[in-house]
Amino acid sequence: MHELSLTQSIVDIAIEHAERESASRILSITLEIGAFSGVIPEAVEFAFDVCSKDTLAEGARLDIKRVPGLGRCMECHQQVELEYLTYTCPLCESLALETLQGKEMKIIELEID
Amino acid sequence: MCIDCGCAEPFHKHDHEDNHSPRKIQVGEDLLAKNNRLAAANRARFAAEQLFVLNLVSSPGSGKTSILERTLTDLKSRLAFAVLEGDQQTDNDANRIAATGVPVKQINTGAGCHLDAHMVGHGVDLFDLGATDVLMIENVGNLVCPASFDLGEAHKVAVLSVTEGEDKPLKYPLMFQAADLMLINKIDLLPYLRFDLAQCKAFARQVNPAIKIIELSCYSGEGMEQWYDWLQQGVNQKRET
Ligand SMILES: Nc1nc2c(ncn2[C@@H]2O[C@H](COP(=O)(O)OP(=O)(O)OP(=O)(O)O)[C@@H](O)[C@H]2O)c(=O)[nH]1
Ligand SMILES: [Mg+2]
Ligand SMILES: [Zn+2]
Repeated sequence: MHELSLTQSIVDIAIEHAERESASRILSITLEIGAFSGVIPEAVEFAFDVCSKDTLAEGARLDIKRVPGLGRCMECHQQVELEYLTYTCPLCESLALETLQGKEMKIIELEID
Repeated sequence: MCIDCGCAEPFHKHDHEDNHSPRKIQVGEDLLAKNNRLAAANRARFAAEQLFVLNLVSSPGSGKTSILERTLTDLKSRLAFAVLEGDQQTDNDANRIAATGVPVKQINTGAGCHLDAHMVGHGVDLFDLGATDVLMIENVGNLVCPASFDLGEAHKVAVLSVTEGEDKPLKYPLMFQAADLMLINKIDLLPYLRFDLAQCKAFARQVNPAIKIIELSCYSGEGMEQWYDWLQQGVNQKRET
C-alpha cells in the first residue's frame, strides 16, 4: 500500500501552497478520492497524523470527498454507475464503456490561518 | 544535488504574518503531480537518447527476473541492454542479471511498495544511456501500487503466470489497464493446472480491450520469439523517431 507516500505528497503540496500564502497553520484539507484510485481513505487518515507531525498541517482536518465510479457506454450511450473498473457495459454488454470518473486523487482546497 | 527534483534543497520556512483570518485557497493539484512531472522529465531524457524503456510489473514470483535473464542471454549480442531492479530488500535479482554480463543497478525501496520516477531518474545515472538500446525496469513485485506510478517508460508490461489464476486481470484492473502488453508466463505448467487461458485473455480484454497478449515459458522457451519480435519492433520505432 502506498498511502504513506501519497499522504506525504498531500502534506507536501498543502504546505507548499500554505507557505506561499504566508499561513501560520493549515486548518483543513479537502481531497477528492475516486473509487478506482486504489487509495483507501481510511489509510490516508491514518497516515496523515504521522506525516503532518511538526508541520503547518499538524492537526488539520481532512475532508475526503469520495468520488463514485461513473461510466458511459459508446454503444448504447447510457451513463452507468460503476462499482468496479470494467469496459463491459452492464446494460448492453458491449466492450465499450468509457470511465468518466472514479480515478481522482486530488487536493481541491485548503483552509488556512 | 538533484536539479530536476530539487531533492537536496534545504527545507525553508517563511515568516508568518498574523494579520490574516482563516480563509480558503484553491489548490486543484493531483497527488501524483510531482511524480508525473519527474516521469515526464525521464521520458524526455529517454527520448533524447532514443532509448526504449519497459516497466515490468507483476505479483511476486511470476517470473520477471527469469524472463529478463533469458531475454538478455538470447538478445544481448544484437541489442544493448541496461536493467534497473526494484525490490524492497536484497540484491538477489541484480546479481542474477549481473551474471548475464548486462549492466544492472539494484534499487531497494525499503518499506516502499513501488518504484517512482524520482528513484528511476537517479537510478539510470550510472548507465551510458547513449550506448543503450533498451532499459528494462523490473518493478517491485506487487499488482496494486506500481500501476499508479509512471516512471517515464514507453510501456508497462504486466507478467501473469498461470499458477496465479485466470481472474487476476479482473481483481487488479488498474494494473492490466495500465499495461500495453501482458505476458502470460509458465505455460509449460499448463498440463498440470486448471488454468483457462481463453478466459484469462477475455478477462484482460474486459479491463483493457487494446492489450496485446503473448503466452510464453522461460523454461521451455515457447513463445519467447514472439516477445523478442515485439521488443525489436519497439526498438526499431524508437530509432526511427
Ligand atoms: N515452470 C516455470 N517456472 C518458472 C518460469 N519462469 C520463472 N519460473 C520460476 O518462478 C520462480 C520465480 O521467478 P522469478 O523470475 O524470480 O520471479 P520474479 O517475478 O522476478 O519475482 P520477484 O522479483 O520476487 O517479484 C522461480 O522459481 C523461477 O524459476 C517458467 O516459465 N516456468
Ligand atoms: Mg525478480
Ligand atoms: Zn451499453
